[in-house]
Amino acid sequence: MTDTPVDKVAKATPETMARRIRGLSDRTIAWIFVAPTIFLLLAVNIFPLIWTIRLSFTNYRVNRPNRDVEWVGLRNYERILSDPDIWATMQATAHFLIWTIVLQVLIGFALAFLINKKFRGNDMWTTIIVFPMMLSPAVVGNFWTFLYQPQIGLFNYVVAFFSGADPASFSMIGDVHLAPWAIVIADTWMWTPFVMLICLAGLRSIPDSIYEAAECDRASKWRQFWTITIPMVLPFLMLAVLFRGIENFKMFDLVVQLTGGGPGNTTTLTSIDLKREAFEKWRTGYSSAYAVILFVTVFGLASIYVKALNKVKER
Amino acid sequence: MSFSVTEPTKGTKWFAGVLVVGYALITIAPLLWIIATGFKSGPDSIAYPPKVFFEPSMEGYVNLFTDRTRATQDMLEAAGEPKTWYDKIAREQGTIINGPSRYGERFLNSVIIGFGSTALCMILGTAAAYAFSRFRVPLKDDLLFFILSTRMMPPIAVAIPIFLMFRQLGLNDTHLGMILLYTAVNLSLSVWLLKGFIDEIPIEYEEAALIDGYTRFQAFYKVVLPQAATGIASTAIFCLIFAWNEYAFAVLLTSGTAQTAPPFIPTIIGVGGKDWPAVAAGATIFLLPVMVFTILLRKHLLRGITFGAVRK
Repeated sequence: MTDTPVDKVAKATPETMARRIRGLSDRTIAWIFVAPTIFLLLAVNIFPLIWTIRLSFTNYRVNRPNRDVEWVGLRNYERILSDPDIWATMQATAHFLIWTIVLQVLIGFALAFLINKKFRGNDMWTTIIVFPMMLSPAVVGNFWTFLYQPQIGLFNYVVAFFSGADPASFSMIGDVHLAPWAIVIADTWMWTPFVMLICLAGLRSIPDSIYEAAECDRASKWRQFWTITIPMVLPFLMLAVLFRGIENFKMFDLVVQLTGGGPGNTTTLTSIDLKREAFEKWRTGYSSAYAVILFVTVFGLASIYVKALNKVKER
Repeated sequence: MSFSVTEPTKGTKWFAGVLVVGYALITIAPLLWIIATGFKSGPDSIAYPPKVFFEPSMEGYVNLFTDRTRATQDMLEAAGEPKTWYDKIAREQGTIINGPSRYGERFLNSVIIGFGSTALCMILGTAAAYAFSRFRVPLKDDLLFFILSTRMMPPIAVAIPIFLMFRQLGLNDTHLGMILLYTAVNLSLSVWLLKGFIDEIPIEYEEAALIDGYTRFQAFYKVVLPQAATGIASTAIFCLIFAWNEYAFAVLLTSGTAQTAPPFIPTIIGVGGKDWPAVAAGATIFLLPVMVFTILLRKHLLRGITFGAVRK
């Protein structure tokens, strides 16, 4: 272990003076500073996690506290993984996840690329574009239901205006085919700025000298884009995808307010399904197993993805 | 200005500017629409075609803050002349005000829980971040990874045991419970961000202070804290915005006394049918502070939303 500058100073100071200067030892201070945080995280994160894992092997139900709690082993896990309804919610989640990421990456990158052309007032317009992502998703979901109202909704009116269809003829949140797209549109509206900001940071990190060198070598703009811009922004873009992926895998508030999981089960994402099992049907043991499966899935996928990300960064 | 090959041409700038401004206008339209709807009368808000120009009305705001019942003509006459301007607006809709609605309380809950958890989070977070930044804490790297991984858990999954734990401790539907919960959820973000900010402060300042006879504690709060003020302020705003916007825990763990505004706003209904101006008014009041904070935060936005992974 190497000495920090503080340690060097401490060694050079006479013993009696050092005691006066330091008061409490660094070790003590470190623990006083870190302990409350660790305690709170243990109490609110680790302890509940262990409790969830324990509950997932039982048939415990919150609404029947007097019933004997039985140890059921892996039965909850077996039932979940063989339940076709749960695979349907996984499919709805995958649809939501893939399309939001594709749209947000395309639009977000394009916007960042344009903003990076440094036209006058680009800072102000960037701030305006960023507004949606800072708002409360539940409140956003709630007011998008208003925009999606057939006939009176602004969204239907604008679509009808440009397509010539009757604004009362379609309902974004009432139609089984349109509802999955309704949540994709609202989420894209809200989170495209996030991808945009990260891409913008990536674009701004590319030194001008690289482009100047490429210009000297008479590389075309098109070629510069594919051989300089894209590879340099890729690590940033992948980071944005990681964040959006994790966030949208846990998506709850926006969608539950927008469609409530309906019509039918077409927009029932895993978090919404989990909420129903845990807090409406009160199948606590079963939903704990469900939660553990979701956590393992997202943790596993994220770990694989981070490995790939690090490889891209090293290149 | 010197010529540079990397400087976009005037035409490119114009083209880019027009497209970005176009997108910005489309993206801001729904927000402006909601703000405008808050100032519409009931019939105007559901008019077809949607009304861009309308006569402003305070109906939405009056309905948001009051609890009303529909009254017959006789009852209206018996109630006499309206005493205040808001009384008058309620009467015009054929209703009588019974008293204030619960929106004020819910908003206040959001303020108490938001600021309470932010304050607690900053006190604990700054101390922990300082220790992580300056001392050799055992398992430091693992701990930071653990802190980040807590964010991967879906909130509903965490809510199951928290619900059981809170019920056991009597913390369900209390301000204290929500403050502790949001503090714990935000701590990971704030420790991580603050560590980044404190890492940037040269350690030489503290060394100088220590040599001058300051104790560690004094060096911490007289030298490091003032230097980290900007970082602490922007981290605090992030924590505040998170606590302010949070919905999943709020809807599952609160129902009455400690309910915050996000679960409440969607439940606003009028006398007969959904009262869209009132909902829009509620959303506007709730969203405006966040928009102001966003403008204040612009420079540190990226760092906050990416947990400090991207720094500018």
